[in-house]
Parts: sequence; structure tokens; C-alpha cells
Amino acid sequence: MSAGRGTATRGAPGEPRAVAYLYLAPALLVWALFMAWPLIRAVWLSFYEWDGLSVGTWVGLDNYVAVFTDPELREPFGHALVLLFFFSVLPILFGLVLASITARADVRGAGFFRTVIFLPQVVAMVVVAIAWRQIYEPSGPLNDGLRALGLDGLTHAWLGEQATALAAVGLVGTWVGTGLCMVLFLAGLSKVPRELYEAAALDGAGALRQLWHVGLPALRGEIAVAITLTVVAALRTFDLVYVMTTGGPGTATRVPAYEVWRWSLNEGRVGYGVTIALVLTALILLVTVVVNQVAERGER
Amino acid sequence: MRVSAAERAVSYAVLLFAAVIALYPLVIILVTALRPDQVGAAGGLHPENFAEAWRRGNFGTYLRNSLIVSGCVVAVSTVLSCLTGYAFGCMRFRGSTVLFYLLLIGLMVPSEAIVVPLYYDLRSLGLTDTYLSLILPQVAQSLAFGTFWMRAYFRGSSREVVEAARLDGAGHFRILTSILLPMGRPAVLTMALLFFMWTWNEFLLPLVMITDESLRTAPLGLSNFQGQYTSGTALLAAAAVLVALPVVVVFLLTQRHFIRGMVEGAVK
Repeated sequence: MSAGRGTATRGAPGEPRAVAYLYLAPALLVWALFMAWPLIRAVWLSFYEWDGLSVGTWVGLDNYVAVFTDPELREPFGHALVLLFFFSVLPILFGLVLASITARADVRGAGFFRTVIFLPQVVAMVVVAIAWRQIYEPSGPLNDGLRALGLDGLTHAWLGEQATALAAVGLVGTWVGTGLCMVLFLAGLSKVPRELYEAAALDGAGALRQLWHVGLPALRGEIAVAITLTVVAALRTFDLVYVMTTGGPGTATRVPAYEVWRWSLNEGRVGYGVTIALVLTALILLVTVVVNQVAERGER
Repeated sequence: MRVSAAERAVSYAVLLFAAVIALYPLVIILVTALRPDQVGAAGGLHPENFAEAWRRGNFGTYLRNSLIVSGCVVAVSTVLSCLTGYAFGCMRFRGSTVLFYLLLIGLMVPSEAIVVPLYYDLRSLGLTDTYLSLILPQVAQSLAFGTFWMRAYFRGSSREVVEAARLDGAGHFRILTSILLPMGRPAVLTMALLFFMWTWNEFLLPLVMITDESLRTAPLGLSNFQGQYTSGTALLAAAAVLVALPVVVVFLLTQRHFIRGMVEGAVK
């Protein structure tokens, strides 16, 4: 790519230039082989009943019908909805509260709080899962704490009981996601002119009304991003479940991403597993598009 | 903004409470890691748990594997993203919009969707249980964000400087390497940090691709260690600390860049 030849030197970057394809070629090659091709293969595999070893049989749309009708395959998607509340709704609410009090009160050490509260986001999920397993142990800190408060009746084998396992996993998602939301919203709030708050305060608006009328409208874009990121995280939950509960007790914490792995690589029903993965992908695309459409429309 | 002393106090209390909750599980695991592993052993701190976990759990190998894979992914993804970002950000050519959106699909396709076909294809090529089976798919997934991120940087770069360099006879490659990239060090660094964090923490890909124990990455090794080693929690906690530490240290050293990177990458 020497500078001295023909079209290469004519015109600055910005002018039409076929050499761009040279810059793109290596990336496009990797993308084609390790992103596009597997995706095409996934669609192909979803029309087959295949055990991963012998010859597969074409089953048309059977796998898709099964995902939407078979209660065993549908259940994980129900669980994913529950996780949405913990991974998305709660972190966004907590993030809003934390960000707005930090911004409103001009908190000293805001950088410190931001860093600490964000920290769970960077720790490997396997580590997070192991830490929280200890907390949820029957004789772990959570139950100890409840007993110390005299609330012995509330103690549980949190991950071992059908009724509490999914929520216990979900709460870890809240713990991980809150910092991300807080940081996003802090960045958004820092762009709101102080005078707007002062004006609202002069008009007699309290902290909550100020957040509602001044903070929230300014955060539209950040909230859209937070919804997208947290919903995708909820739908993709795998490591947490794999390490904390392996889908149990019973089927209580089976989630779509875990089922993808279980069916296609453990149970030898590759077509099933891949179909779940594709439905999951479609859901993620749908959420991304809808959230961003709504956010953009609101901006006009 | 001026708020009442009472509100200020409540604000600090809430933030402090949130910080304690954020730190608590991490502190628990650190404290557990320093406790005696066997019941009835002497009290006090037991830093030798780390050495013991390192040895018994084979974490020297796992951490080295993670370092090799992360290093390669960061290097390759960073170089490729700079090239694509430059092309999309500074050049006009046929099909640029279509190609850009094609690459961007990678931001939305979860690895769950491609990991299974990849596994069966790579297995038939004899490529499972290799570093390549971890590196190449991870590069493919990093490229979408990298392209997006670097395109935004190159678009915002100074036209005048580029123009001046061109008048001095610099070609497009020269402009990229001698002018735009040195100026864009913060942007490139932030991106590389994110690539490192994502690759180091990745779990599904190694779980599917790697059966050979000598090729396990740190999170995978940790998950296996948990399955095998159920008697004492101190060694498990020590191993967890070993796995988390590299990313946490990098994060704490660079948190300003890191957080800004996350936020800007997300909001753009």
C-alpha cells in the first residue's frame, strides 16, 4: 500500500476509493466464516432432527412448532420473562435513583461510588456465581443475617427450593446490572443544564417531580440503551444458571440459553437446541428494534 | 445544585448502602479465600490457599491459556477494527452502507446462536480443542463493536490535519498509521480494554469448544474446579479470586477510560 501509485494518492480519505475494500477484506473474511456462515448453518440445522453424529432427518418446521407449543420448551421462555424483571426493570429503577441523587446533590466522591457500584459488571460471571452461591447457602450469610434479625421463619435453601431459585438467580442479575444503569444515567444527567433543575425547584417541584419532569426526558436515549443492554443480558443468561443451579431444582431455573446448550450438546438433539437459539436471536432483534424505534419516535 | 442537609445525608446513606452491597459478595469471596480450608485448622489468615488452589486446580495453565487467547483476540480485533473503521469512517465506496450494517449484525446476534453450528463444523475440521477455535469466533464477535466504535472516531477526526498530510504527499495508509492512529490512542485503548474484558470473561465458547483440560481458559477451569472440588470452600474462593483479579486490576487502573468507553460505545 505504498503512497506513490495511481488512484491511491488521488484525493484525500473521504473521496471515492476502491482501496477501501482492501481495508475491509480481512475483517469481512473473519465475519463471513465465523458469523455469517454459522448463522446460515443454524437456520439449516433448525429444519433437521439431528443427534450430532449420524445423518439428520428433515423435519420442516417441527422444531419451531415444538418451541412454541411443547410446554417443556416453552417453560424456559417464561423464566426468561421473570428474569427480565430482575435484570432489566430493577437495575433501571435502582440506577435511576442512584444516578439522580448523585447528580442532584453534587455528591463528593461521585467517581468513587461510580467505580465501586460498576465493579460487579467487570467480574467474570463464573466468579459472581460462585460468590453468590456462598451467600445463598443454607448456613450462608443471607440466612445468618435473617436469623440475626430474628427472622428465622424467612430462611430458605434459596437455590435448592423451587419457589425461590429463579428469583435468587435473578437477584444476582440485579446486582450486576445496577452499576451499568447508574453509570449510563449519570453520563446522561451530566448533560442536563443545571438551570433546568433550578427552575423546576423554584417552581416548587420536589426531588421526585424534578426527576420525572427534568431528568427522565433528558435520559430518553440512555434509558433505551439500558433497556436494550439489560434485556439482552437477561435473555442470554447462561453462565449464572450453569454454575449456580444447572437449571434446577427440577426445571425451576431452566432458561433459553441454557436449553440451547443442553439440547444441542448434551441431549444430542441439535435441531431443537439450534431452534431455541434462533428464536432467542429473533427476540433479541425484536427488542432492539422496538426499543430504539420507540426512543427515536419520542425524540421528535 | 443546592439541596438541604437532610437530603444530602440521605443521598450519601443510599450511595454508601449501594456501594456496600456492590462490594459485599466480592469481599465475601476474598475473606473466604483467606480462611482455613480444613475444619479444625488453625485460625488466622491463610494466604497459602492461593498457592494451593493454583497448584491443585492447575490455574497456572488456565490463566496462561486465557492470557494467550485474550492477547490474540485483542491484537487481531484491534488491528482489524482500525482498518474497517478507517474505511467506513474516511472513505466513500460502493456498498459501504450495506457492508457496515452487515458487520453490525454481529452486535445483535448472540453467541448462543452461532456456537452450536460452529462447534460441529470446527469439529469436523479437527479444529475444536485448539486456541484457534476460541480466538477466531471471538474476533468475529468483537469486530462489530470495534468497527462501530472506530468508525465513529475516524468520522470525528480532524479533516484539516488529514488534508495537510495529504498535501505533504502522505498516502492513505501513511495517514492512518502516522496521523490518525497516534491521535486516536485513547479511543483505541478503550476498545482494546473492552475486548480484553469480554474475552477474558467469556464462558460459553470455551465450554463448548474445549474438552482438553490443558487448553481450558480461566473461567472454564474455575467452573470445573467447582464441580470437582466440593469439600472446602476456601480453595474454591481462592481460585475465584485468581480468575477475577486480572480484569479487576485492569479495570481499577483504567476505570475512567473503561467506564467512559462503555458509556460512549453504548450511547452512540
